[in-house]
Amino acid sequence: MDVIISNANSQPIYEQIFAQIKNNIISGRLKEGDALPSIRMLAKDLRISVITTKRAYDELERAGYIYTVAAKGCFVAEKNVELIREERLKEIEEHLKKVSELAVGCDLGDKEIFDMYVLLKKEG
Amino acid sequence: MDAIEIKGLCKSYKDFKLDNLDLVLPSGCIMGLVGENGAGKSTTIRLIMDAIKSDAGKVTVLGVDNKSPEFRMCKEDIGVVLDEAYFPEVLTPKNVNSVMQNTYKKWDEACFFDYMTRFSLPMTKPFKDYSRGMKMKLAIAVALSHDPKLLILDEATSGLDPMVRDEMLDIFNDFTRVETHSILLSSHIVSDLEKICDYIAFIHKGKLLFCEEKDVLLEKYGIIRLPKAEFEAVPPEAVKGKKVTNFGVEALILRDKVSGAFSPERPSIEDIILFTAKGGN
Repeated sequence: MDVIISNANSQPIYEQIFAQIKNNIISGRLKEGDALPSIRMLAKDLRISVITTKRAYDELERAGYIYTVAAKGCFVAEKNVELIREERLKEIEEHLKKVSELAVGCDLGDKEIFDMYVLLKKEG
Repeated sequence: MDAIEIKGLCKSYKDFKLDNLDLVLPSGCIMGLVGENGAGKSTTIRLIMDAIKSDAGKVTVLGVDNKSPEFRMCKEDIGVVLDEAYFPEVLTPKNVNSVMQNTYKKWDEACFFDYMTRFSLPMTKPFKDYSRGMKMKLAIAVALSHDPKLLILDEATSGLDPMVRDEMLDIFNDFTRVETHSILLSSHIVSDLEKICDYIAFIHKGKLLFCEEKDVLLEKYGIIRLPKAEFEAVPPEAVKGKKVTNFGVEALILRDKVSGAFSPERPSIEDIILFTAKGGN
């Protein structure tokens, strides 16, 4: 698994770790039951703070992507299809919100937006 | 358990006062101690090691009160490097090894020789002929070779070139892979501290201005650059420090106190320290 931390990125470091591990799980590169690197090893290899890494793992656990076994470490949780679908839907909603905001600025109607979407889909 | 716990520590000299210092270094973490010359960093470190007597306050190191008789034994578990290396001039590293064998119960000769090779230090050269960098490296090798749980480093990387400093940071980083290992280090080179520390403590004129998680600091603060007229719109309680020139204002602000429209930039720890120290001037 690759984890790339960027300092130029305005996203806080713990969010970068959270997002990248999450993507690895959703895409199936990390499978159910796979062990995650220990918090300390990951922090030291990336040369980032242990506390920050712990925060990312805590968030992953709270969001249901991983679980902790005492004295053993963290493991990828059973993939919750509903959860991932929900996550994706939320993302689509976010994008659509943005589209409607931009559309108002350009004076575009719903029909035109829809046509645009159909056209793009045909091309894509 | 905390590696170091300091409560209400005070020490007065004629022209300097360390004022009511509270500091906690949790076990397994690296804390960087920052401050200008004469801010009280070395005084704090000497007080932690009970090398000088405090006027008031309590220091607990690895769970042991540093005024108790048990602290003598506890020192076995502490590796200390002070800003001046301190071996007698005529000793060669070979001699140092023999001395340390009789000093530390857990002295690890193989580990020491291993560091000597890694740092490419000559084994038979007397200490007085060592360069400043070599002296520092020797002191760090000694500090690491008796299986310490806590490293205390006072300006240990100053005087070393960037390559060697980076190598040292790697060694310190690896040292804390073990969960019970902790480091307190002071340095003028804030960028070094920014690279490896979990916590940053800033001492200014004998007072602790902040002790905070490094990444929290970086998230909490932002740098904005604005024309003077626009700067008026920034709420004063958000401004932690500013620099006014003829061409505009540069300021350190608290991100959650200003609107995102100012689009603050990510500060470095050095920015945060310089602005905080200077305040509103």
